[in-house]
Amino acid sequence: MRFHGLHAATLTVLAALAANPAAAKTISVSATTPDANEKLQEALILAQPGDVVQLGAGVWKLVDGLSLDVAGVTVRGAGAGESGSILDFTGQQGAGEGLLVTSDDVFLTNFAVLNTKGDGIKSKGADRIVYHQLRVEWTAGPKETNGAYGIYPVESSDVLIDSVFVRGASDAGIYVGQSKNIVVRDSIATENVAGIEIENSFDADVHDNIATKNTGGILVFDLPSLPMQGGHNVRVFENIVNDNSTPNFAPKGNIVASVPTGTGVLVMANRNVEIFDNVLADNGTANVMIVGYRYAHKDPKYQPLPRAIVVRDNMHGKAGYAPAFEGGAQIAAAFGGAIPPVLWDGAGDAVVLDPVGVLSLNLPDVATPRDQAKPAPADLSKGTPAAALPAIKLPEAMEAKVR
Amino acid sequence: MRRAFATLAAALCCVSGAATMTAPTVDQAAIEGEAIPQKLSAFGFGMTAGGYRPMAAVGYTLRTPLFSDYADKQRFFYIPTGREARVIADGTIEFPVGTVLFKSFGWPDHNGGKPVETRLLIHRASGWVALPYIWDADGKDATLALGGRRVPVTFKSPDGETHSIRYAVPNKNQCKECHSKNGVIEPIGPKMHNFRVDLIGTQEAPPIRVRGIPARSVAMPIWDDRASGTVAQRARAYLDVNCAHCHNPAGSASNSGLFLRWTDDPTGVNYGIGKRPTAAGRGSGGMDFAIAPGDAAHSFMIYRLESTDPGIAMPEVGRSTVHKEGAALLRQWIAEMPKASH
Repeated sequence: MRFHGLHAATLTVLAALAANPAAAKTISVSATTPDANEKLQEALILAQPGDVVQLGAGVWKLVDGLSLDVAGVTVRGAGAGESGSILDFTGQQGAGEGLLVTSDDVFLTNFAVLNTKGDGIKSKGADRIVYHQLRVEWTAGPKETNGAYGIYPVESSDVLIDSVFVRGASDAGIYVGQSKNIVVRDSIATENVAGIEIENSFDADVHDNIATKNTGGILVFDLPSLPMQGGHNVRVFENIVNDNSTPNFAPKGNIVASVPTGTGVLVMANRNVEIFDNVLADNGTANVMIVGYRYAHKDPKYQPLPRAIVVRDNMHGKAGYAPAFEGGAQIAAAFGGAIPPVLWDGAGDAVVLDPVGVLSLNLPDVATPRDQAKPAPADLSKGTPAAALPAIKLPEAMEAKVR
Repeated sequence: MRRAFATLAAALCCVSGAATMTAPTVDQAAIEGEAIPQKLSAFGFGMTAGGYRPMAAVGYTLRTPLFSDYADKQRFFYIPTGREARVIADGTIEFPVGTVLFKSFGWPDHNGGKPVETRLLIHRASGWVALPYIWDADGKDATLALGGRRVPVTFKSPDGETHSIRYAVPNKNQCKECHSKNGVIEPIGPKMHNFRVDLIGTQEAPPIRVRGIPARSVAMPIWDDRASGTVAQRARAYLDVNCAHCHNPAGSASNSGLFLRWTDDPTGVNYGIGKRPTAAGRGSGGMDFAIAPGDAAHSFMIYRLESTDPGIAMPEVGRSTVHKEGAALLRQWIAEMPKASH
C-alpha cells in the first residue's frame, strides 16, 4: 500500500508538471485588502492555467459577482466553515450569481458563498469542473427572496460535486442542468425547495448525500423547449432522503413551485432512472414520486412520460401521512390516514420492487386533468427492470483533485 | 483638425494592400502584441477625456443601440493601413487582425460630458480581447480596470428624472459574457443591418469601402423612431440588440432556450411566447410565462426589464437603471398581441 500510495502521488505530480510546463503559481488575496472585490476579480482574470487563487480566511464583503474564465485554475479558500473564507454577498449590487465559471478544468474548494441575490455558484460550459468542500447558504433560511440555485453547473460534460453543503435555495440547492457525466456525492442539501436536482441531463450518479428538510429531496426532471432534453440514465442510490417537510417557498411559475411539500425522490419525464439502496423516511407526501410532465407544451420533440424507472432495495420509513397535493387529504383518509410511500401518476412505466405499496392516480395520458384522477393501489413489481446502468466514471484527474 | 483626422481615417480604412502613410503615433505593436497596457495612451491614439476621438479611427453609430444606464456612447473603429474588413452573408462585419473598436461611456450632464470609461475590443492574432479603461481624474489618460469598478454617477434621463447610481464598469470577464459566441469573444454591434458610419466633422459622403456589402441590405428599425417600423418590428430590434447577444444558441444564455435574435421566429415558444421559466428563480415574479400574449402585466420579461434587483434584473450586467422607454415599447408590443386561446 505504501508503495502504491507513493506511486500515485508521484504520478499526480508528474501529471501536473506535464499539464503545466510553466511554473504554476499561487496568487493569494486577502479578505481585508482595500478594494478586495476588485482585487479578487483581478486575480481571477490574471490567473494562468495551473495557478491557484488562494482566498484568505475571513469575511469578504462583496458587492459585485465574481467570474473566472481561465481554464485549469484552482480557487481555494481556508475552509467553508465559520473561520474559513466566506464570500458574503449580502450587499450585492450586480450580476446574476456570486461566482460564475466559464472555463474548463476548474477546481473550487474550501470556501463559502453566502446570501447571493441570484444563484450562488454557476458554471456554464465548464467541462471537468470540481466543486469540493464548499458551502452555499442563505443564512436566514427558507425565503422566497433567496437566490434560485446554490450550486449550478449547466451545459457541461464531466461534473463532480463532492462534500458540499447547501441551504436556503429558493429553487434547487444543487442543480445540474443540460449536462453529461455527472457525480453528486457526499453532500448535504437542507431547507431548499429542491435539495438536489438533475434536469435535462444524461448519465448521472447521485449517491451518499443527505437531503433533509427540503420541500423535495432529490428531483430528476426533464423539461420541454430547451436546447438539451431527453434526460436519461440517472442513478440515485445510498442517499438519506428524510423529513423533506419545508413548505414550498419557490417563486410561482417555476417548475419546482409545483413540488408538493413532503416529497422524497421525484422523477418527472425521464427515462432509465434507478432509485436503490436509499433510506427514505418521514416524507409526508411520498418517499418516491414518479410522474409525467402534465403542462401544455408545443415541443414536438419532447417526451413527457417517465419510462423505465426502477425502484428497488430502499429502506422506507413513514411516508404519505400529509400528501400535499389537491385531494391528497381525502385520499389519505380513504387509505386509513396515509397513502402508500410510492406515488405514481399512472403515466409511462416503472418497476417498483420495494415491498411497500404504490398508489396510482391512473392518469396515463398527461393531457388528462389531475382532477380526473382515480387513485387506487397498483402493483408494479411484476415488470422486468431494464438492464442495470453502469457506474459513472469521471476522468482520473478530477478524482485526484479531491483525494 | 477633426476634419483632417476623419479624412485620414477614411483613407486608411479603404486602402487595400498599399503601403501608404501610417498615423504617426498609433502603436501597432501594442495593439497586436499579447501585453495588456496599463494605460490607454500606450496604444498611441492620442485620446484624452476631453478629446476622446481616437486618432486614425472612424466614428459609427447603431440604428438601435444597447441601453446602458442612459449613457451617451461614442463608437469608433480603427483598421490598420493595408487591411480591410469584409461583410459576410449574415451581415456580420469581419474586421482584420489589428482592428480596434472603441466605445466611450459618458453623460452630457456628468463631469462636463467627459467619458467615465472607454472600452476597447482589440482583434489580435489569438482572437479578440476586451479591455476596460477608466479615465483618470485629470482626464489626461485612462487606466486599465480589469476587475471592473463601481463609479458614482449622477445624470438626468430624458423624462427629466435625476438618477444617482453606482455605475458598473464591467470587468474583463463581464465584457466576454455579452461578447461571447461559443465561448469566444467577438464584436456585437457592428452588423450591417444595424450599422451606420458617422464621420463626425465632415460633410463628405463616407468613402468607406468594406468588401462584400450586399447589394440590398435590410436595415433593422430604429427602436424609438415610429417611422422606421411597426411596434412589433421595433420591439424585435430592441430585443435583438439588448438581449440576443446572450439569448442565442451560442451565447451566454444558451441554456435558457429563450432566443431573441432579429432572425428568430417571433411567434415561437423559444421567443418567449407562452414560455415557462427555466432557471429564472425570482425572475419569474410569480408569473407563468416570459410573454403572456396580450397581457404585459403577467409577462415576466417585462418584470425583469423593469427591475434593478440583481437576482431579477435582465440584462444581468450593464444596467443599474430601468430603461422606461424601452420597457414601454415592449409593453405595448405584448399588449397588442392577440391573447392566447387557452
